[in-house]
Amino acid sequence: MESNRRSFLKVSGICALGLGALPVADALAKAALPNFLANPKELAGKKWAMVVDMKKCWEKSEKGCHDCINACHVFHNVPDIGTVKEEVKWIWQEHYENTFPGQTNEFNVENIKDKPFMNLCNHCTNPPCVRVCPTKATFKRADGIVMMDYHRCIGCRFCMAGCPYGSRSFNFRDPRPYIKTELNPTFPTRERGVVEKCNFCAERLAEGLMPSCVESCKNGALAFGDLEDPKSTVRKLLASHYTIVRKPELGTGPNVYYII
Amino acid sequence: MLERALTGSQRYYRWLMFLLVFVGMGFAAYLYQLSNGLTVTGMSRDVSWGFYIAQFTFFVGVAASAVMVVLPYYLHNVKVFGRITILGEFLAVASVTICLLFIIVDLGKPMRLMNVLLYPTPNSILFWDMIVLNGYLFLNIVIGWNVLEAERKGVHYPSWVKPLIYTSIPWAVSIHTVTAFLYAGLPGRHYWLTAIMAARFLASAFASGPSLLILLAFIVKKYSKFDPGKEAIDKLSQIVTYAMLISIFFVGLEFFTAFYSNIPSHKHALQYLFVGLEGHGKLVPFMWAFVILAIAAVALLLNPKTRNDEKTLKIACVCVFFSMWLEKGLGLVVAGFIPNPFDQVREYAPSIPELTIAFGVWATGMLVLTILYKVAVSVKEEVA
Repeated sequence: MESNRRSFLKVSGICALGLGALPVADALAKAALPNFLANPKELAGKKWAMVVDMKKCWEKSEKGCHDCINACHVFHNVPDIGTVKEEVKWIWQEHYENTFPGQTNEFNVENIKDKPFMNLCNHCTNPPCVRVCPTKATFKRADGIVMMDYHRCIGCRFCMAGCPYGSRSFNFRDPRPYIKTELNPTFPTRERGVVEKCNFCAERLAEGLMPSCVESCKNGALAFGDLEDPKSTVRKLLASHYTIVRKPELGTGPNVYYII
Repeated sequence: MLERALTGSQRYYRWLMFLLVFVGMGFAAYLYQLSNGLTVTGMSRDVSWGFYIAQFTFFVGVAASAVMVVLPYYLHNVKVFGRITILGEFLAVASVTICLLFIIVDLGKPMRLMNVLLYPTPNSILFWDMIVLNGYLFLNIVIGWNVLEAERKGVHYPSWVKPLIYTSIPWAVSIHTVTAFLYAGLPGRHYWLTAIMAARFLASAFASGPSLLILLAFIVKKYSKFDPGKEAIDKLSQIVTYAMLISIFFVGLEFFTAFYSNIPSHKHALQYLFVGLEGHGKLVPFMWAFVILAIAAVALLLNPKTRNDEKTLKIACVCVFFSMWLEKGLGLVVAGFIPNPFDQVREYAPSIPELTIAFGVWATGMLVLTILYKVAVSVKEEVA
């Protein structure tokens, strides 16, 4: 094909026109998008929080039970890798001195020795994991939930270094063969190479359901609600009990409270 | 100019082949890691960064080789550095290449690397580290190449290079500072949460980069007709002496704050590194090797007699380089994760595939360095 200045100008003119028309196309496409209606049953909140009443948790057995862990891990297709090195966990048990390091003295540890404490993501008010993520794959929603986009995460694990609560797990290997319970088709499984953690059951809240750990606890040890709502269960519990949070000195503003 | 890298002695080709063997082995190990995941490494949910990120951190420091010759030459008119600025710049190029490769091999999802550009996130220090490292790579390759080409043609380098040279000086400070900020801003990682982290990075960089540069200058002198010059090496060795003393001083400051304040969480990582914590002490021998090498280096560098003697200076530089490697490329990153957020000690040791990949990355860096140095030295020989 012969090319000269004239044909070059023609082609570049058409290209410029096309590029110039892009915003118009975008605007039109935007207008044509369907408006999604929220589920009318959706549980809406401004600042979700959890209060864990450890005394209720230990009511049935000194060792605590695994109902909440099982419910959560089954619901979210959490794999059971079987090693400490690569363990994936969303909610799990730790001893007092591991849950609250630096807040121990030899006598209080003696009183609550060997008793389990429930650990999960604190959905911090100032989450360091969100601050350090280079792709916004982990982000904070308007209702306070700290979420993960498993399809955007590049697996740099900066969030794991940033989290002072050890709440984040990395999929060192393909987790799918290690999902030992029945697969829940309503929740995505993860791929090798991404980070995951508790999401306060955002997908259940959208359908008007309580988080699966809260729902599964027969003793009612886990309370979930909106901190901004003075009439919520969590606010009532916080008003009537002495509660502590994990590592308050770090300024992260954890939103999981403990009654001990 | 690049064609000069294609013709060389048999020894040159043998060296390239030797490096390529390690590059190939590293690449094979990386394919293995890519298909199995980071489970093939020694990293865990507790020590979630290991050998790769530690090497990345150390080699950011080595890249300081450029600024330590460029700054005195262009700002203080230290003429003896004129002959070797190119060696410093090309060493920086190779080091930053190593850094970027170590980041890539550490990613769980390397195919999503471009997400960092697609979703730019200024609140993440990693975003800024990507900018400063790539910028520094670009500056040094453009400056080095153009100045060398001008030298070959016997003309002054183009005027637009000058602003880039001046930019490269504060830019060099930024790569160490921003890399230190990756660590120094994380709540709950007490070993890293120190205001002098960036200062420590700068000091150790100004020791490790120029010490390697001195060793490379000796190698260049031995195997080519280009002599970097005794005065340049003398000046560099003085820089290494000061930087090494300041580095050790800074490490000492960490000890004072942790142990005089007596705050357990501040002492733990240092205890783990130097005496062991709760019966775990895999890194203890390495950290004492750091101490011994650092003392040996200082002893050899402080004495003018041993500093000015070629043989002892070489030993001193090896001591500086490896002591800083142990401190930054091994202890610093791993100890930040120990104890874990639950106050438990979970140790880390790199796996064989992990080390093979690391060898591959080092070899790739050395390959880049060899090719660039071959070009530079060939031009220098022609001009001489």
